[in-house]
Amino acid sequence: MFNYGYFAFDSKEDLLRKAAEFWNPGKVNFWTEAGTPMVIDRREGYFLYDMTGKRLIDLHLNGGTYNFGHRHPELVEVLKSGLDYFDMGNHWFPSVARAAFAEKLVQTAPHMKYAIFGAGGAEAVEIALKTARYATKRKKIVSIIKGYHGHSGLSVATGDERFSKIFLSDRPDEFIHVPFNDADALEDVLKKGDVAAFIIETIPATYGFPLPKDGYLKACQDLCRKYGTKFIADEVQTGLMRTGVMWGWQGYGLTPDIFVCGKGLGGGIYPISACLVNEECGGWLVEDGAAHISTSGGAELGCLVGHHVLEMLQRPEVISNVHFVAEFFAQGMAEMMRRHSDVFVGVRQRGVVLGLEFDHPEGAVAVSRALYENGVWAIFSSLDKRVLQFKPGVVLDVDLCQEILDRFDAAMPRARQLLKSGRRAA
Amino acid sequence: MNEHVTMDAPRLSVPDRAISSARMKVERAAWAARYYRNFSREAVLAIAEAVARAGYEKAGHFADLAVAETGFGVVEHKKIKNELCTHELLDYYRDMDLVTPRIDKERKIVELPKPAGVVFALAPATNPVATVYYKAMLAILSRNAIVISPHPVAKSVSAAAARLLAEAAEAAGAPSGLIQCVEEPSIPLVQDIMSSDRINVIVATGGTAMVRAAYSSGNPALGVGPGNAVAYVDTTARADAAARCLVESKSFDNSILCTNESVVLTLDQNRGNMERALRTAGAHVCNEADTDRLRDYLFGGHGINLEAIGKSAAWIAERAGIRVSPSAKILVPVVATPGQDDFLFREKLCPVLTLTSAVDFQQALTFAKHTARRGAGHSAAFHGEDTARLVRYSQEMPVYRVVVNAPCSQGAAGFATYLPPSFTIGTGFAGRSSIGENLGPHHLVQWTRIAYGKEVPADLHEIDLSTVSSDRSAPRDLAVATPPAGREPSGFSRDDLRQLILEELRSLNGAGK
Ligand SMILES: Cc1ncc(COP(=O)(O)O)c(C=O)c1O
Repeated sequence: MFNYGYFAFDSKEDLLRKAAEFWNPGKVNFWTEAGTPMVIDRREGYFLYDMTGKRLIDLHLNGGTYNFGHRHPELVEVLKSGLDYFDMGNHWFPSVARAAFAEKLVQTAPHMKYAIFGAGGAEAVEIALKTARYATKRKKIVSIIKGYHGHSGLSVATGDERFSKIFLSDRPDEFIHVPFNDADALEDVLKKGDVAAFIIETIPATYGFPLPKDGYLKACQDLCRKYGTKFIADEVQTGLMRTGVMWGWQGYGLTPDIFVCGKGLGGGIYPISACLVNEECGGWLVEDGAAHISTSGGAELGCLVGHHVLEMLQRPEVISNVHFVAEFFAQGMAEMMRRHSDVFVGVRQRGVVLGLEFDHPEGAVAVSRALYENGVWAIFSSLDKRVLQFKPGVVLDVDLCQEILDRFDAAMPRARQLLKSGRRAA
Repeated sequence: MNEHVTMDAPRLSVPDRAISSARMKVERAAWAARYYRNFSREAVLAIAEAVARAGYEKAGHFADLAVAETGFGVVEHKKIKNELCTHELLDYYRDMDLVTPRIDKERKIVELPKPAGVVFALAPATNPVATVYYKAMLAILSRNAIVISPHPVAKSVSAAAARLLAEAAEAAGAPSGLIQCVEEPSIPLVQDIMSSDRINVIVATGGTAMVRAAYSSGNPALGVGPGNAVAYVDTTARADAAARCLVESKSFDNSILCTNESVVLTLDQNRGNMERALRTAGAHVCNEADTDRLRDYLFGGHGINLEAIGKSAAWIAERAGIRVSPSAKILVPVVATPGQDDFLFREKLCPVLTLTSAVDFQQALTFAKHTARRGAGHSAAFHGEDTARLVRYSQEMPVYRVVVNAPCSQGAAGFATYLPPSFTIGTGFAGRSSIGENLGPHHLVQWTRIAYGKEVPADLHEIDLSTVSSDRSAPRDLAVATPPAGREPSGFSRDDLRQLILEELRSLNGAGK
């Protein structure tokens, strides 16, 4: 019996049945078939507990949402104290939490002028794309093939057609896709002079974190400048110290006109996202501040949490920890690759963002399952199932890092076995 | 709280940032320890060397800052103490190999060194920089990482000193985070970290309350209690030499070391002689009225008057209303009979040395024993040539150091004797502590013992121990910018501060070493 006070379930099976019946049969079936039928019950630190009681170390972190782990006590304390004073606030009016948070965000990126808030990443992307259109008076948006920026109207059109066609939301005339790591292809599109924005993640997460070639991102930015196109960095997964610096673009020497962040900004306990814009792009905030409105975008509780998230990320101890974790997995994964070179063939890494490549088209699905069986939850890349997303948190401690590596090592024989049977089936 | 403060008080409660940062420092230290525990002996010594050099160069600078910040002690003496904790300390332990495995072929035993990991160290207000230097050096030599929590009244200088050493260590190849210092110490912070399962050992130098708390934390602790050293001057002593030792010791850093003499005890027939000798050595020997004034001033309230701690003789004399020559180095109140109840027989971390005398050696011994109970497990001094009496004295006294014919301040701390140089004086079982020696780096390492069966063959010539420590120094790419010096003020209020100081110094025993 799982009695939660407000609702109760007889068993995990009971829950899965109801979830399929009332919520989302597709997802329920998918995870059951994948061999990772997780229903998260308790959660704490970097640990998740399935309804069966099985403990999993979280290396998915919902793309960085749980950068600080689950229910980080300090963030919970901040939110609780906020609830004694604030609520979501009134989105029409200036507010102390929003002003303070906006200032703190802008201070992390001095060439930016304003922070505009949303509730989720896609909303922030939406704001970014609308802002670019406003600033350029152009309509076309360019993104990379296999890019991913969310599932709302404009953002979903920038992404893979798997997510847009089903809803008849692909708009090939306005949304152009170019190959990643190919600046020439971008220039071919930009040079017509009718592109409002080029949006890209500094390291495309859902594509499996392929690393940009040396100079590629800078070349893209230069091309944007040359053709009057706004350069938008999507920092939803690469921001917040995950690449070793606050924002991924900083590490590549870029100065995007607009960038968006979300996920971990709300500490995993209150949804908030932001779109930062430079002065020129932010002109609409002067012209008509209510041109974009969102009831839950920039809720004051989220602003309070986000403010504290940034403060924590700026502490020298956290910065140092990120470097230790990054270095640990750089060394550790190199060793793992030596030991399991028959299946484990590559590591893509920047900071605590890692993509692990396996020598099979569905390799990461098998490894994800093998890891799950060994108490680690890491998800494959939706758009490249050869690659496992491996996303350690910024305050992971040394013992847990070692445990993760040990579990990874222990999971490899099982992964090998799953891959073999998969190959036979294929 | 006045009205203004009330109006400016935050409308929301804010998590204690200092505690949260301190926890993160401990995690950072754990990372550093993970890499450092495999460092080779050469790499360890290179780091120790670099840290000693950096500390030595700034010894005077930090002595200045320490006196300015705390108001305790004498700059030149603090400089000496700081310096002693650099090259001299390193030289003393240079040949103590805590890195290389040991092989005992005869007994078929191999020993592998295992550092503690993360050391959490408390440092007192009285010797802030010397303690930071000293504990950091111990951590380095034992291949541990250290997080130091200084006394709040010495927090700035302690943090600055730790930062200097950390930078020097990193520049010499140490992992980042090996030496860290809490910037905003508080009682809740210390309690939080002390009871954390993320630290491996506590080294507590401080007041009784702190040391007891360390032992109650549930973590292994090396704590040291207060002292109350008796110096017995035998009739076989050369009075002038003994007096010179006493004056030198009591005036050293204004008696702020817990190893300083509290009471000088001789036999009745020798008292006049000692008074004369002390005077010659630069002491002001008090008449009865001065003695009463001094007692009133120092112990008029309950416990010792905190403002006198670490102040000069002239300063104290003026406050107590005693006329002394400006050159007086120490004040010597005289209590004719060695009873137990006179306040002047209690610990005095200031240049005040109570002179008393007994009718015979037996009475002297009894009195000395009782006086030393207030600083049980600590130190005592003996002046004279009668080794039979020396042995009896040492056997009877509940102390673990008896300094002979030398200043006790410096002698028990290992700077005027061959004892290990130390600012953490183990007070042993008698003083409710786990070690009775002067703390050294070997206390921060334990050994895994590989033991063969007595009768089975053990080919220890062939055993390969090269994997136990590596030649590599710190992973270079780990180095990150050292934390910025400026910190936001924490929520630590003046009331908390006062309470902490009071607790630290409550009984006159309290001011630690
Ligand atoms: C890079 C990137 N951008 C945008 C989004 C969309 O964020 P949200 O799901 O909060 O709308 C995601 C979500 O995974 C993302 O990874």
